[in-house]
Amino acid sequence: MAASVLIGAWVAAGLTLCMFSFLYKDNPFFRFGEHLYVGISMGYTIVRIYYDVMVKSLYTPVIQEGNMWLLVAAFLGLLVLTRFIPKVSWLSRISFAVIVGFGSGVAIPRIISSNILQQVQGTLKPILGNAGQSLFGMAQFNALLILIGVVTVLIYFFFSIEHKGPIQVAARIGIYFLMINFGAGFGYTVMARMSLLIGRFDDLILFGSRDYGYASVVLLGMIAFGLFMWERRSSVSPGPDQDPRNADSNARNEYPPQ
Amino acid sequence: MIFSFEFRVLSCELRTRNSEPRRSTWRLFSIRSLVAVVFVLSTLHAPRSTLAVSLAPPEQFEAFDMPGDGGGSIGLSWQAAPFDGPTVRYQVYMADQAQGPFTRLAEFPADTHYKSDVDRPWWSWDRSRTHHFYQVKSTPDRRLESGRSYFFKVAVTDGMQTSEGSMQSAVPTPNLFNLAKVNNFLLMLLFSALVLFTIAQAKRHPAIFLRRIPGLDAVEEAIGRATEMGRPILYLTGSDDMSSLSTIAATVILGQVAKKTAAYDTQLQVPHRDPIVMAICQEIVKESYLEAGRPDAYRDDSNFFITNDQFSYTAAVNGIMLREKPAANFFMGFYYAEALLLAETGAGTGAIQIAGTDADLQLPFFITTCDYTLIGEELYAASAYLSREPILVGTLRGQDLGKAFLLLSMVIGTVLATIGGLVGTQAFVPLLQLFRDFK
Repeated sequence: MAASVLIGAWVAAGLTLCMFSFLYKDNPFFRFGEHLYVGISMGYTIVRIYYDVMVKSLYTPVIQEGNMWLLVAAFLGLLVLTRFIPKVSWLSRISFAVIVGFGSGVAIPRIISSNILQQVQGTLKPILGNAGQSLFGMAQFNALLILIGVVTVLIYFFFSIEHKGPIQVAARIGIYFLMINFGAGFGYTVMARMSLLIGRFDDLILFGSRDYGYASVVLLGMIAFGLFMWERRSSVSPGPDQDPRNADSNARNEYPPQ
Repeated sequence: MIFSFEFRVLSCELRTRNSEPRRSTWRLFSIRSLVAVVFVLSTLHAPRSTLAVSLAPPEQFEAFDMPGDGGGSIGLSWQAAPFDGPTVRYQVYMADQAQGPFTRLAEFPADTHYKSDVDRPWWSWDRSRTHHFYQVKSTPDRRLESGRSYFFKVAVTDGMQTSEGSMQSAVPTPNLFNLAKVNNFLLMLLFSALVLFTIAQAKRHPAIFLRRIPGLDAVEEAIGRATEMGRPILYLTGSDDMSSLSTIAATVILGQVAKKTAAYDTQLQVPHRDPIVMAICQEIVKESYLEAGRPDAYRDDSNFFITNDQFSYTAAVNGIMLREKPAANFFMGFYYAEALLLAETGAGTGAIQIAGTDADLQLPFFITTCDYTLIGEELYAASAYLSREPILVGTLRGQDLGKAFLLLSMVIGTVLATIGGLVGTQAFVPLLQLFRDFK
């Protein structure tokens, strides 16, 4: 096996176990993994932005293709940097105004399209069958169910009318529809997360084999020993890792859960 | 040709059977006449497939730039012919130059590809069945460059004979307006007018009723609790950039929260994933501290950038939650898979948690791990609810009226669609198309 693959396996197994050590509690291994993760992602982002934005989207089109209008965007980008100079920091607001205005301009037609028109389009279905169909089959039942769901959920989201009488009943039905949707979404997402977890365990089991020098097993032992030593040292003398506010950290607030 | 040949053979056979010349001549004449009549009749009622139909070249052939697109697409239309049927086929040819060579793009039965088959609204497209239509699109193999002329021909064939129409050219160009989306534009104008009207109303009569939103009532409690405990408040604006409406809503709510933290002199921490959102939030928080009369309490580093990466940002925020132990966590804006990781860690620290998002897949996780959750539009209503400013309250009222309009449209539209289906009429289609999303 190539040395690079072996080193990669040890690093992957070690960092995975460092992050999993959070299941015990906040500890130096987790902090190491966390800080390394943040640092590497930041470094990677800077390099990616340099090549994808500065070189590909600005330097090449302006210098090689002569698209000078891109300099306007570059100038607006530079204005953001004026925030570091307090006297002219107000100039950065021009860029922010453009960004927010452009963002809203792009978002509004898209929202009308996806959240309004497509929603209405999906709801406008006949609730009684025509020739060739049963008068009230499954398709018609679904259409009716969707109509009731959309109407009642919309009623729940009325803010300027009091939810009393029939409005309250409709809003309550709307909430039931929402909760059923959330339950289905919860199950769906949890299953997806489980597959991610299985993927990590799969890797750890693979890296724990003889081919990889029992990487997972050795590193798990090292981390467990490290945590033991860290706990022992912490219990002897309160160090910088120990937060004096820990005493009441587990005290749950008095607010009831939703 | 085939029928003529059979007729001759038949007559020969009849002639050879007869021995008497005169009688046989008369009989032969009558039989021939009968056969001729039968042949003519059978010709009149024969299926088209067995006939040699004289094919005329496609008439009123037009090539045109497709309206309302970004270029790279040409439309071809020609008049439907009386001989159109499943056995007759149209062939579409294209060339880069008028002289050719022409390459065949498509071949299809003559009773398909009508203008009425195109999914476009009545206000931007002639949906008649009197014309055939074929759209030539740019593909990786065959690129149509905007601003360049392309040449087209359409031929009709029945397998035995082919008739070719005239050549037409067209230039694909990008269009500024897409008329198919006029309903989208009109709805935007309608809702904008509605919101402006209700804002004006709210300014005249500020006492507009707003129903109670428990999650927002808890904002003050959460800030008060953080003040009493002497711990910071952690406020997240979500994972999207400023083009997301939920991020915009989250920044507006941040302004209201910042006013209260300024008044209570509580520390506010806002870690960011997006540098632009961070810079805008710095401005908003600064403004809020000024409005609260506490510019001295404003700290520029209350908004700080961590990283763009989703899970390293999550790990860092989790670390902040564990080490700083904020008394209140606010999760406003749009979230992805990090939602549960953040909210679960926050719940573990004992902080009061208020979430607000329109990410429907993440809402279940917030509901299960947070004390209060603003669901969907409640996030947009939050700023109006917290500030009670007439402009924001008027906007909320306008949104409610807009929702009422859509609700009525859906109910009436469903009734019309049902009647249309039962009666079998297309009379309501133009009306229902007003509420369809066209590309």
